[in-house]
Amino acid sequence: MIANYSPTPGVSKNRPALVVKNVSKSFGGLKAVDVKHLEIESGVITALIGPNGAGKTTFFNLLTAFDSIDSGSIELFGKDIVGVASQNLAKQGMVRTFQLTKALSKMTVIDNLKLGALHQSGENFIKSLFTPIWSSQEREIESRADALLDRFNLSHMRDEFAGTMSGGQRKLLEMARALMTDPQILMLDEPMAGVNPALTQSLLGHVKLLRDEGRTVIFVEHNMDVVRDISDWVVVMAEGAIIAEGTPDHIRSNQVVIDAYLGVHHDRELSNDV
Amino acid sequence: MDWGFIFERTFSTMIGPEVVIYALAALGLNIHFGYTGLLNFGHVAFMAAGAYGLGVSVYYFHWNFWIGLGMAMVYSIVLALILGIPTLRLRADYLGLVTIAASETIRITVRSRVFKPITGGAEGISEFSKPFYDLSPFDLGRFYSFGPFRYLGRDLWVLVVGWTLLILLTLMVQQVMRAPWGRALRAIREDEDAARSLGKNAYAFKIQSLLFGGAIGAVAGVVQVVQKGSIQADGFNPTITFTIWMILIIGGPARPWSPIAGSMIYWSLIIFVENVLRQLSPQTRESLERTIKLSDINIGQMRYIIVGLGLLLLARYRPQGIFGSREEMALDDR
Ligand SMILES: Nc1ncnc2c1ncn2[C@@H]1O[C@H](COP(=O)(O)OP(=O)(O)OP(=O)(O)O)[C@@H](O)[C@H]1O
Ligand SMILES: [Mg+2]
Repeated sequence: MIANYSPTPGVSKNRPALVVKNVSKSFGGLKAVDVKHLEIESGVITALIGPNGAGKTTFFNLLTAFDSIDSGSIELFGKDIVGVASQNLAKQGMVRTFQLTKALSKMTVIDNLKLGALHQSGENFIKSLFTPIWSSQEREIESRADALLDRFNLSHMRDEFAGTMSGGQRKLLEMARALMTDPQILMLDEPMAGVNPALTQSLLGHVKLLRDEGRTVIFVEHNMDVVRDISDWVVVMAEGAIIAEGTPDHIRSNQVVIDAYLGVHHDRELSNDV
Repeated sequence: MDWGFIFERTFSTMIGPEVVIYALAALGLNIHFGYTGLLNFGHVAFMAAGAYGLGVSVYYFHWNFWIGLGMAMVYSIVLALILGIPTLRLRADYLGLVTIAASETIRITVRSRVFKPITGGAEGISEFSKPFYDLSPFDLGRFYSFGPFRYLGRDLWVLVVGWTLLILLTLMVQQVMRAPWGRALRAIREDEDAARSLGKNAYAFKIQSLLFGGAIGAVAGVVQVVQKGSIQADGFNPTITFTIWMILIIGGPARPWSPIAGSMIYWSLIIFVENVLRQLSPQTRESLERTIKLSDINIGQMRYIIVGLGLLLLARYRPQGIFGSREEMALDDR
């Protein structure tokens, strides 16, 4: 049980999906990320929290190779992945969403989702010339996409351009699109930001379902209610470093965490609880 | 004014060699810019690659015409790789800079004295296309008329082959763009990072796009020089690239049939305006010559001015081109 781990930063996990050691990244003089040791347990939901500018998004970028690390090592299921390109990490099952959504505006919603499926034979130029080679796979992809649209309450937008969607809808679209890759590790950067509360509830239920299917979920979130509701483990970042990790209950009463938040930025939702 | 003649010229142009050549070129550019978002400002270089791939093979290596056609494709592939490998990992603007520079470098290099034995220098290369015309079912020197159309047998043969190629290639583009391959290209055009986060190798797709569009550009170059019967380095100047861009914009990017529509509109407008200007009554001509200095010599320029005006109006009232959709265009602003 994850709850039995000692709540100390850098604690080892039994079945780590990701192992991060001494990873650092600076922008000019600013050390945006400086993680000594962090293990992400597989098959559970881990929340990554921290004040604005703590380095959460940058850390995501480093893990998914959208930014290069200055030094350190990252292992995905025991394999070193430093230097592996983003698209290959996606193919290895680690898929992320973006804090600032990247809807493919001039493509329809359904096409956005269909794009997400991996290993499409029709993406090979020669094979794309012959519809019979890829049409049955395309149908299978389309039905998977339709099912996801339904689950994310987006069916009515199916054939609209993604560029016509609202901010919250784009968040949903991006999450659904990421799920089209059938990821082992799903990394969500503030997935609920701007999504209405009723839908948030159903999405949280969906995220739990993903965990119950054995997938690993890491998500960045500022809303502590959401964090407490669905996460099994919480990792706290401040000024680039991991300053605490533990169960949601433990993190709530952790003085280091409270200081980090109150010192840098007074987060109302967290402070209400303390 | 001889309207009959003006319309005959205009209609003949509408499906004439120029339209085929520029539609082919724009079809290639459409793959680059329309579908993939690659800023290729030196598309004429691919036409030159095709032309010289053929010309150098026949003129310098004394290989036969058909091998020359294969070499035209090889040259375009080499050019696409040279342009794409160093730049396509960088921001989009770099390809733009490199392509415009490369197209001028190529033109100046092949016309230089040093390479005269290979490329024919400034005089160029001629007499390489006989095997093609030997296959013509038409009498090369005879005029053929049907309806409002009238062509020399030689041109008619080019047209039959050219239109066949153009339509087959357009259908091919339509097919791959409807397939997941084209979907990945469009995704890369919209947001490369999003595509990469979903496991798409954006770099590889962009190289493929450059290769495919470049090869079609080379086909355009081959058809052009075969039709003209000669290869002139100075024919491959930046104006050609910009004309191709104009045609693509008129038709509307990222639509398979827009290069053909754009090319037809552009060329028939040019020829229509030119012929109308030439046939104005002597009095009108004289007053135009007095007021705006329109003489026989600058009718050529005048038609570009008038067509340019038309393009301005298009940009104002139909910025998405003939086939584009306004709603899609408006998404840019969000
Ligand atoms: N490309 C960049 N160039 C320079 N500085 C950067 C860059 N990206 C991030 N930073 C800086 O790194 C620090 C961490 O930023 P990051 O976006 O990772 O924070 P975050 O924890 O995701 O914050 P938020 O909760 O507001 O999203 C910030 O101080 C930011 O200004
Ligand atoms: Mg962030």
